[in-house]
Amino acid sequence: MKKLFNSKFLSLYITIFLFFVLFSIGSVLYTGFFSLQTFLNLFIDNAFLIISASGMTMVLLIGGIDISVGSVIALTCMLSAYLLELKGFNPVLVMALMILMGAGFGLIQGCLIHFFRIQPFIVTLAGLFFARGMTAVISTDTINIKNKLYTDISNYRIYLYDKSFISIGVVIALIVISITIYIAHYTRFGRSVYAIGGNEQSARLMGLPVGRTKVLVYTYSGVCYAIAGIVFSFYMLSGYTLHQQGGEMDAIASAVIGGTSLTGGVGYVFGTLFGVLIQGVIQTLIMFQGTLSSWWTRIAVALLLCMFIMIQRLLTIRKDTGRKAKINTGKKAKQLKVKA
Amino acid sequence: MQNLVTVIKNLTKKRLFWPIVALLAVLIFDSIFIDGFLTIELKNGNLYGRIIDIINRSSSLIIITIGMTLVIATGGIDISVGSVVAISGAITVQLLGSGIAPNTPFLLCIIASLAAAALLGCWNGFLVSRIGVQAVVATLILNVAGRGIAQLVTNGQIPTTQYKPFSYLAGFLPHLPIPFSIFIVAVVLTAIVLFVKKTAFGLFVESVGVNSKASRFAGLKAQRIVFATYAICGLCAGIAGLMISSMIKAADSNNAGLLIEMDAILAVAIGGNPMSGGKFSIAASVIGALIIQSLTTTLYAMGVSPEVLPVVKAIVVVIICLFQSEGTHKMILKVLSTHRRLKYEKTV
Amino acid sequence: MANNEAVLKMNGVSKTFPGVKALKSVDFKLRAGEIHALMGENGAGKSTLIKVLTGVEELDSGEIYLGGEKILAKSTQQAQELGISTVYQEVNLCPNLTVAENFYIGREPTRYGKINWKEINRRAEQALAKLDLKIDVRQKLENYSVAIQQMVAIARAIDYKARVLILDEPTSSLDKNEVEKLFIIMKKLRSEGMGIIFVTHFLDQVYEVSDRITVLRNGELVGEYEAESLPKIQLVAKMIGKDLDILSNLKKDANKEQNTNDNDTFMSFNGVGHTGTIEPFDLEIRKGEVLGLAGLLGSGRSELARVIFGIDKADSGEIRVNDERANIASPIDAIKRGIALCPENRKTEGIIGELSVRENIILALQARNGIGKTISRKEQERIADEYIKLLNIKTSGKEQLVKNLSGGNQQKVILARWLATNPDLLILDEPTRGIDVGTKTEIQKLIIQFAERGMSVVFISSEMDESLRCCSRMAILRDGRKVAEICEDELTDRNVMKSIAGED
Repeated sequence: MKKLFNSKFLSLYITIFLFFVLFSIGSVLYTGFFSLQTFLNLFIDNAFLIISASGMTMVLLIGGIDISVGSVIALTCMLSAYLLELKGFNPVLVMALMILMGAGFGLIQGCLIHFFRIQPFIVTLAGLFFARGMTAVISTDTINIKNKLYTDISNYRIYLYDKSFISIGVVIALIVISITIYIAHYTRFGRSVYAIGGNEQSARLMGLPVGRTKVLVYTYSGVCYAIAGIVFSFYMLSGYTLHQQGGEMDAIASAVIGGTSLTGGVGYVFGTLFGVLIQGVIQTLIMFQGTLSSWWTRIAVALLLCMFIMIQRLLTIRKDTGRKAKINTGKKAKQLKVKA
Repeated sequence: MQNLVTVIKNLTKKRLFWPIVALLAVLIFDSIFIDGFLTIELKNGNLYGRIIDIINRSSSLIIITIGMTLVIATGGIDISVGSVVAISGAITVQLLGSGIAPNTPFLLCIIASLAAAALLGCWNGFLVSRIGVQAVVATLILNVAGRGIAQLVTNGQIPTTQYKPFSYLAGFLPHLPIPFSIFIVAVVLTAIVLFVKKTAFGLFVESVGVNSKASRFAGLKAQRIVFATYAICGLCAGIAGLMISSMIKAADSNNAGLLIEMDAILAVAIGGNPMSGGKFSIAASVIGALIIQSLTTTLYAMGVSPEVLPVVKAIVVVIICLFQSEGTHKMILKVLSTHRRLKYEKTV
Repeated sequence: MANNEAVLKMNGVSKTFPGVKALKSVDFKLRAGEIHALMGENGAGKSTLIKVLTGVEELDSGEIYLGGEKILAKSTQQAQELGISTVYQEVNLCPNLTVAENFYIGREPTRYGKINWKEINRRAEQALAKLDLKIDVRQKLENYSVAIQQMVAIARAIDYKARVLILDEPTSSLDKNEVEKLFIIMKKLRSEGMGIIFVTHFLDQVYEVSDRITVLRNGELVGEYEAESLPKIQLVAKMIGKDLDILSNLKKDANKEQNTNDNDTFMSFNGVGHTGTIEPFDLEIRKGEVLGLAGLLGSGRSELARVIFGIDKADSGEIRVNDERANIASPIDAIKRGIALCPENRKTEGIIGELSVRENIILALQARNGIGKTISRKEQERIADEYIKLLNIKTSGKEQLVKNLSGGNQQKVILARWLATNPDLLILDEPTRGIDVGTKTEIQKLIIQFAERGMSVVFISSEMDESLRCCSRMAILRDGRKVAEICEDELTDRNVMKSIAGED
């Protein structure tokens, strides 16, 4: 038991445990809740969030923060809708352009943060308003996407077992999170991200390319947000200024609930998946309940985020005091020996 | 002549010089290009005109900016003010009820909503100063969840109220030609400026903002000071919330105070306050808020679509930060020195 | 043994920081297969020398030769590639990564871009086995003791085909057994022909492993000595310095007056300690005395000061102020009881750079008054003027920003800040560090004057002469423990150095 609590996975265990508790509660309370499709719907409804939260996790791991995510998703949806419906662009070209835009957006933010030493929260806050503003500049009205490829992708069902299915968005999401896991845990770049998040000064002394890694992480997350935007446009089939308002908190919450530390260097991309699923369960529970307003989802997620931030804080405090005590016993031992 | 130059030189060094110049520039531009910009007329015993309009409309922003200035001076940021605006408006209107007669005494409504706003500010302060969460994440939580809370207060509706005195807050008192909001701004501004200047609070905030550790070593309670700035900021947002909902005599949980955090942060930046904390000037921020409002009015008058504004504001914030940033200074120095070295090498 | 062949040679190396000449034409020679101790007190220039050598700082003038070839490292990475590896005092690894990862971060063996974890773990195990260290390399580094982290850092450093290994205070957080283990490794590396630069302040350890000793003081080379032919006490003398005594007579005058009110105790400590930094100690601070805290860097002298001032709350024992039990949990508690502290680290713990001289001076007084009781602007200006004059602070005006002042004047501003609170006890931690000689003398004079007026002063300094001159009593610290107290009659440099050195 003690080992479990000291484990590096503690935060993640709590999350997984909580997920099953919530899912069980739903299954007991509501008929029709306990089904494979309900579970799969968690993925379908939150495919875009899995993708954007993957990018966010990388940013948090390197010790940064990015709150432009919701707006970038909205901008991607709007711009795609605009280019597809009003300009008649080729859908494949549109997707490629969106990914390029996301990369460019992230690259600029990364450069402002690293080379010009502006605090990440200001840069990405400006990014938030910029992207949201651009969305409104393109159109204040909803633009529906009627493009055939988009609607086809949106309606396509991949049957897994009997009548249970997932969407193409889910497949994309699983691919993106797998790639992110691979990058984070199996490439030099990914390990540098952890090292920099753990101790930037040390990372620099060990000769790691701090600047390049930082800028690339923001670029990568920009790409993730753009892909999330594309998947979100499959899901919504529209561009609208208020899409994903507050989406930045969902992404940050997914990462933090999934065990990623806000101070950087600690966490698993895999955990983020559960962070997303927990939010999905809460959403589903509130939906099944029927009378509660959807705003409760946001409030519940906010509370959950606060709770996990405090758990993290407690864990670090305990670790620090533990280490201090260790040093002290070391000294005592020394003293004894001197006496002897 | 010599004297004049030194006078001007000394003037440019003054903290408020550039913000005032910028404000004057905008106003002069407006008075030339916008017809009747400077005219003020008396209609039904009330003053009307674009200038009055600017002041009236900027009043809520000014109040939020005051709080934001303090928070930024400690090296933090508060992006939850828009949501607090919504909550405070929602509580007031909900308590007042829709009729001409209030369900709850007006004063009690105001106290309740301001208390709630201050409490939310305290929550932010607690997360930032005690738990040590980055300010942007701590206030993001309330930024997102706050609108949900406002929705819950209003049951997802947009409640309206017919209660007359409520509309005075952002409008005109009977028999008074000047908008009442100006008085509210004056009172809040005076109160906070007095508190900052007449007590040591201002000095302590600056000290903590510049060097929190050294401040603690000098005997300051850094955590409490940071906490207080967030509480004040929440209270300011609450007051602004009353005014904003009074303007439309309703509480719109979705749109009240939307994006106002950006304006407030921009106002602080335009006022020349360092975004990394430290020395601050509330007066400069207030002028910054006036600049933003007059610019907004100008752009509207010139037919620019309102959607472009956030985009422009975002870019302006980044540009101002670029000017303040040490990274930029270093980079410019580097470019200059390599340039010089190249020149030197050429001559050799 | 090819002992006389220099693997590393530094000739006439100089480095100036704004306001300080950190290195003045220093020569240094390291031979292959030797352990060379680099000794010196605070500000002697040890760390600057190493920074220049490893490319962290650029040198102003002078040359560095590695194996006969002139080199100029521009970054630690480059220095590492040249064959100069460094292990720093604070383990400069990433605690959130596994041991093996720390070993290979940035140069992981990959296959098609994928990190070969098996290979990394295997190689790290091998490299550690060379140092007789058998640990699970898959565990996170933070799960291991500081000692093991240190060993990992060393193993990592030598894995880079290093010819020169720099160990910067590697033993400060190790216990005796661990230190011995480290020494075995060092000796093993020496026998393999590596040149090791060993920076430490533990004298015993120097003699245990070093072949040669180079001593620096105030950025200048004092000399290079064979370890065997340099007695410990002489080494201390060389490190601490015996500069010409400008103030030699000052103290004797002061003493006469001090003796009058010698007996009243201002503050007493009974078994007070703080876990992790300083072990429980007993101490008495009398009114009107200058009490010196002596000990080498890292001996616990600053840590003791932090406990007195409430920065670290004492977690054992009893503190009494004016014979009254006192609970000092934070600096403001200490200030309210008439205690003041000029911290060691002026820039990060002392000055508020962006504020004016006036604001910096009244800050502590205002903090004691609380937020409501403001000092009027007029009064503030009077106080600022008074202390600018009294301490002879060189500034263009009281509204000048403190960050624009020179180091010495910044120090005086902090001193003024505390004097303005009219303290009963003033703790000065290295008040004269990095300050020119003239200002140094001024500050020393002031300290003695304060004591004459009945103020107690706790004085911490790395310079023996300075301490001897100013103090009427000294407490000696070693390894986070108070080991001795030397009173006036026995207060000679010889006695103090003996205690510091731990020679019985």
